[in-house]
Amino acid sequence: MNAVDLLFYFFATLAVGGGVLMVFSRHPVSAALFMIISLVSVAALFVLLEAFFLAILQVLVYAGAVMVLFLFIIMLLDVGPEGGKVSRLKLITGFAGCVSVGILIILLLQLFGTGIGDNSSWPSIEMSPYVNGESLLFSTSIKNFGYGLFTKYMLPLQVAGFLLLGAMVGVIVLSKKSLPTEER
Amino acid sequence: MLDFELLFLVGLKVLFALLMIGAVMTMAGYSVLAERKVSAWMQGRVGPNRTVLPFVEYIPFLGPYLKKMGIFQPLADGLKFLFKEEIIPGHVNKFYYNLAPIVALVPALTTMVVLPFGEFFTSDGESIPLMLADLEVGILFILAISSLGVYGIVLAGWSSNSKYPFLGSIRSSAQMISYELAMGLSLLPVFLWVSEPGTGAMGLSLVDIVHSQGNAPWLLLVQPLSALIFLIALFAETNRLPFDMPESETDLVGGFHTEYGGFKFGIFFVAEYAHIVVGSAIFTIIFLGGWHFLPWVADPWPSTWVGTLIGIGWFLAKTIFLIFFFIWIRWTLPRFRYDQVMNLGWTKLLPLALLNLIFYVLLVTWIDQPAS
Amino acid sequence: MAKTVVLPREPLSLSERTYLPQIVTGLKTTFSNMFKEKVTLQYPEEKPIIPKNYRGVPTLVKDPNGREKCVSCQLCEFVCPPKAIRITPGAVSEDDNSRAHVEKAPKEFEINMLRCIYCGYCQEVCPEEAIFLQEEYSSSGYSREEMINKKDKLYELGGTLPDSHYKWDKKKSAEDDGNDH
Repeated sequence: MNAVDLLFYFFATLAVGGGVLMVFSRHPVSAALFMIISLVSVAALFVLLEAFFLAILQVLVYAGAVMVLFLFIIMLLDVGPEGGKVSRLKLITGFAGCVSVGILIILLLQLFGTGIGDNSSWPSIEMSPYVNGESLLFSTSIKNFGYGLFTKYMLPLQVAGFLLLGAMVGVIVLSKKSLPTEER
Repeated sequence: MLDFELLFLVGLKVLFALLMIGAVMTMAGYSVLAERKVSAWMQGRVGPNRTVLPFVEYIPFLGPYLKKMGIFQPLADGLKFLFKEEIIPGHVNKFYYNLAPIVALVPALTTMVVLPFGEFFTSDGESIPLMLADLEVGILFILAISSLGVYGIVLAGWSSNSKYPFLGSIRSSAQMISYELAMGLSLLPVFLWVSEPGTGAMGLSLVDIVHSQGNAPWLLLVQPLSALIFLIALFAETNRLPFDMPESETDLVGGFHTEYGGFKFGIFFVAEYAHIVVGSAIFTIIFLGGWHFLPWVADPWPSTWVGTLIGIGWFLAKTIFLIFFFIWIRWTLPRFRYDQVMNLGWTKLLPLALLNLIFYVLLVTWIDQPAS
Repeated sequence: MAKTVVLPREPLSLSERTYLPQIVTGLKTTFSNMFKEKVTLQYPEEKPIIPKNYRGVPTLVKDPNGREKCVSCQLCEFVCPPKAIRITPGAVSEDDNSRAHVEKAPKEFEINMLRCIYCGYCQEVCPEEAIFLQEEYSSSGYSREEMINKKDKLYELGGTLPDSHYKWDKKKSAEDDGNDH
């Protein structure tokens, strides 16, 4: 066991522990903070994999922007330790729980069933014209991400972008519902 | 088991990190003094000029001058914060109340890890940047970590359980999220320009951006609009005066740190100034040519350790000028109203940054098109 | 009747709407202010110039011959709005030649500086011009007792002021010439 392993176990424990504590904490603000800890630990795990760009995006987008808004809303609504109303839709809750546990089991089986050292099942990315014959498969440079995003994954990227745009328009429509009465 | 070489390397890094923290904290402390002195001079006063160590006063010529400049005031201020009674009001959420100053200080000190502040020349003339960690995505790292700084303010405001801190923290988080966007967008054209094929630099490294400005125009002259937007966003992100929504004294008492006192307040205070120091350093690196001499002029100093020292000094001089600029602006401009801040951020700066980006994308494409 | 003329406001030009030239002007102003002469008074080393007729701490004065002027008439004690002055009258001994014709002198004269409001009524009312509010303005002490100025302290603060009347000397010489009243 070397230092990197130790760090891995430390951050993995932090990530999983943060997630568990987020689910079980009574207070919404504590839950949000545990989630931040979990997200930052996952970023640290990315760093251990030398995927600096991913780690930074994790912190920048999730911990830096999304969770701030979460915290913001929780504080603005001033949700107490009891939390909001307990969801009455037990059926949906149970269904969602089953599906996520199922996905987790399938993923674990996939991971341990195929063997960790076997890289043949990983998807491959085309060679970048900028690199002389060298595969970008395990390169963590930004160029790799950029090249992948703007060639092979161009369509998913655009679709995701439009999805977010749609969500944004939806939010604007929902929040501006009472506008006509306020206008003269 | 024990890898001594690794331990030695880790120990060396820790030592460098401690040195750097010491340097930045000292600069933060002296920025407070500079703030007091400059504000005093601008208002026709003299500023702190009493504090002195007992024996220094008797040094001929130099001693009285040091006393007059208030050189020892930060020491006294720090000691005062240390020895003050730690009062925790009864209505606060104790755990988060104690956590908030730490959360505020840590990002401020973490961003300095990727700051290059000089270059060292090996015997065969190769230059090695002086920094703690040469990260390929340095600027993104800085943006990411500094976006975490808002948690300290949000937590402080919320855990204080009192209306003024709460209002301050809400304003601050809204402001920081708004201006982060314009800040990131203003930096994109800069990196597009530097990553232009043929200039050698690639990616988002801060070292490369400094190298691209050696013996070449500073990026401030190439992209003045980007620099302006970045500077305004920097003021907003560091909560400096035209944008000091979180602690606007006149309408929010003390803002997010109203309920804080003693050393915990001191930590908030130092964190704010550390943000200014680091922000000034970033602006120097990206737009003012880092440790390189003047635009279009090659460094006149030799490529030896002398040159290294002069380069670091030159870098520090630029940074200090920017810190002075921060203070200068503070004592010149009045504070924006909250809706004006939001208006400026979303309806002026963001479209401007987008237009700027599109313009430079087109320009770089036009320059880069293969000569056929 | 003057008619109110509403002047149309010129729309701001582009450079004015960015506010940048104005900000630069403001920066110039603050920068030039940095090098102006400072107005701060370094207090304990530099004392302010006390204007004439300044009302400082009330003191008792002696005449140029070194005699105490107060005759303990207690008018000041009576007029003092916050009742800061307390006089214990005493008699002047008969064989004190220098103070002939003066019947009384204060045995004890106290001004409580914690009560004094520096109004100057005592100076105004004094028929002997014995009490003056002079230039001293900073009085401090560690206890309430210290802040009560006793007679010797009052004379020490007051010193001697020029006197143009020598009222009692004149009265004495007139009496010596057999011309009293």
